[in-house]
Amino acid sequence: MAAAGAAGAFAAGRATADPGAGPVASRAAAYDFRGPHQAGIVTPAQDRLHFAAFDVTTDSREELVTLLQAWTVAAERMTKGHGAGEIGPVEGSLDLPPDDTGEAIGLPASGLTITFGFGPGLFRDEQGRDRFGLAERQPEALQTLPHFPADNLDPARSYGDLCIQACADDPQVAVHAIRNLVRIGFGTVAVRWSQLGFGRTSSTSTSQDTPRNLFGFKDGTANVKAEEGDVLEQHVWVGEGDDARGGWLAGGSYLVTRRINMTIEVWDRQPLGDQEAFVGRTKGSGAPLSGGEEFSSPDFEMPGRSGPIIAADAHVRVVHPEQHGGAKMLRRGYNFVDGSDALGGLNAGLFFIAYVRDPRTGFIPIQNAMAKSDALMEYLKVTGSALFAVPPGVQPGEWVGQSLFA
Amino acid sequence: MKRLSWLAAALLVAAPALAACGTESTKPSGDSGGDDARALTVASSDDACEVSATEAPAGTISFDVTNTGSQVTEFYLLAEDGLRIVAEVENIGPNITRALTASVPAGTYVTACKPGMTGDGIRAEFTVTESDEEVEVSADEQELVTQAQDNYAAYVQDQSDQLLVKTREFVELYKAGDQDDEARALYADARTHWERIETVAESFGDLDPKMDAREADLEPGQKWTGWHLIEKDLWPARAGKYKSLTAQERATYADDLLANTETLDGRIQELTFTVDQIANGSRGLLEEVATGKVTGEEEYWSRTDLWDFQANVDGAKVGFDGVKPLLEQKDPELATELESRFDELQELLDAQRTDEGFRYYDELSGDEIKALSDAVNALSEPLSRLTAAVLS
Repeated sequence: MAAAGAAGAFAAGRATADPGAGPVASRAAAYDFRGPHQAGIVTPAQDRLHFAAFDVTTDSREELVTLLQAWTVAAERMTKGHGAGEIGPVEGSLDLPPDDTGEAIGLPASGLTITFGFGPGLFRDEQGRDRFGLAERQPEALQTLPHFPADNLDPARSYGDLCIQACADDPQVAVHAIRNLVRIGFGTVAVRWSQLGFGRTSSTSTSQDTPRNLFGFKDGTANVKAEEGDVLEQHVWVGEGDDARGGWLAGGSYLVTRRINMTIEVWDRQPLGDQEAFVGRTKGSGAPLSGGEEFSSPDFEMPGRSGPIIAADAHVRVVHPEQHGGAKMLRRGYNFVDGSDALGGLNAGLFFIAYVRDPRTGFIPIQNAMAKSDALMEYLKVTGSALFAVPPGVQPGEWVGQSLFA
Repeated sequence: MKRLSWLAAALLVAAPALAACGTESTKPSGDSGGDDARALTVASSDDACEVSATEAPAGTISFDVTNTGSQVTEFYLLAEDGLRIVAEVENIGPNITRALTASVPAGTYVTACKPGMTGDGIRAEFTVTESDEEVEVSADEQELVTQAQDNYAAYVQDQSDQLLVKTREFVELYKAGDQDDEARALYADARTHWERIETVAESFGDLDPKMDAREADLEPGQKWTGWHLIEKDLWPARAGKYKSLTAQERATYADDLLANTETLDGRIQELTFTVDQIANGSRGLLEEVATGKVTGEEEYWSRTDLWDFQANVDGAKVGFDGVKPLLEQKDPELATELESRFDELQELLDAQRTDEGFRYYDELSGDEIKALSDAVNALSEPLSRLTAAVLS
């Protein structure tokens, strides 16, 4: 899962806390909800995730718009460390349920970002019928992802008409955000699935150390970083003329999620040398097997005893931008452990999140290559999958997704 | 369908005649009793091989080999004749350190770095002096190795032969059209011979997808053929609105399976195995159990997963039994542990036997499946140390 990637900006330096203070972002950090791009993409990856996907249950465009407006207000409040509603968790009438659920009382903003996306199902239903008068504006690239080899998708963990990604350095703050937004949405939308993530698996800024996935390897070494402005323009942000029907998406991005289960117990029994050969990097420093240190470029030609020292099916080779016409993605995934399965095995893995300018060139070919020839696939099972279009940032006075409904 | 790389990769390597009492690792291992005289470093550059000492006391000696050059290097400890490999570590990339640990008796040796992996390498004499630390050298070790290799090759060939015979019989029954009960009765039995040598059989990357692919494994555009397609046609109950294959389609898929089995059998007759391949194969077969059989995913239509389960365990046990005489010399405790863990797993499997073979997967309770899974884990964990122990 480590390959190309991108990411994170401390929202163009507008964070209220100084993100340059060190690799560990201050828990008091707060990021602006508004800006040219939505926060939570190039923002330095926070430690915790709660991601929710929704089915839209209303057939009223007006109700949908009203919800997006209400979500905008609540999301902006919560990213500042305030309650979801204007009254507050304990300030209101004793006769009414509070307009904020209260578990974040006393907690700082904790770097909370809330990022919204629109799935293919928002535009057309399963029969292809226009749901909300938006069908003509469905971007070409926004389609249900194709079946990839070895996909073992659970429909109850896949797809969705809308999504919200909440990231924070405190899990309680991320859960609080999703919980309150879900509550606001009842009657208009219903939760289809949600996923908690507990450890970022990518760094999206050069100020962050490279974290490790549950295989124990550094992940996201080659990720796209917030500081790489040109790379972001080229590989992450949708451009003005990218799609005749998707002009509203300019400045936004595509969000791919994949719930990738790892067969942890079997992996743990692989000899270290084999683990390193599968990944193509050393487990300790993360250096490519062709030598150097973590950020050295892999030398795919360097001969080893039996073929190249970085094997043909090594993960780092299969997904490397060099193999895919330079395609890069901004990865922002999280480790997850959802307890144990019926056989006592960890129900765990990587909740893969990537932001790309166009999934048809930035994700699908790479995923196909990985599913087909990556040595790691032996230890992976993809159980969830979704694609969303992430509208551009919310400018002052606007609500999220306004450009789509304009 | 799995892609285990152990055999394929190993086939490409001219494996040094078992040789060695050496173990390579990636971490410095100067912790062997804190005896610095036995903890050496090697700096291998493009044109030099600097070993930190020219002698060491007999015992467990470690070499931390750092590649200071620009190309992949190797380090060897050779016997006095400069030919026999005592221990080696390969594939050390530039700026990477790998540790080599070997149990070495007193004598004269040769060290060699091989930057670029070609030629005789940069050599120097190395002396191992007498010490209190006994190093046992087993005279009959090579004999045990040869025996293990021969026995395993014979086993694999025999299973492949039986697979071919039963596949021939199976496809005839299936093609007949009016003998589906007989075909169903033979299905799991025939596949047993595949599953016993699964790590070998599936190592042929061109054949495995054609013979053993499950529907969910397919790539877009890939045509489904092989055992599991026929399985679905014979047990369509779970498939809902399934359209049975025509007689002509049956013949096509049946002939294709048989032809691939013949190709496989021909290739298998050529194979030889090293002891680490045998030991790795044993571990690999238990992984097949853990990922496909105990979960009931392998035989989705027929629910005959326990036949495959037993066959994987059979093959793993044969591999283990083959290297056991070696293991008993090197790590008798591990040998005892593995023996009893195999027994415990077998006991659970035996409890599921019926007149026709085994109970079907959907007849097992959650508790029974959990107990089997627990026993697989209990065996797999120590089994993952088998190869290193046998090679030590």
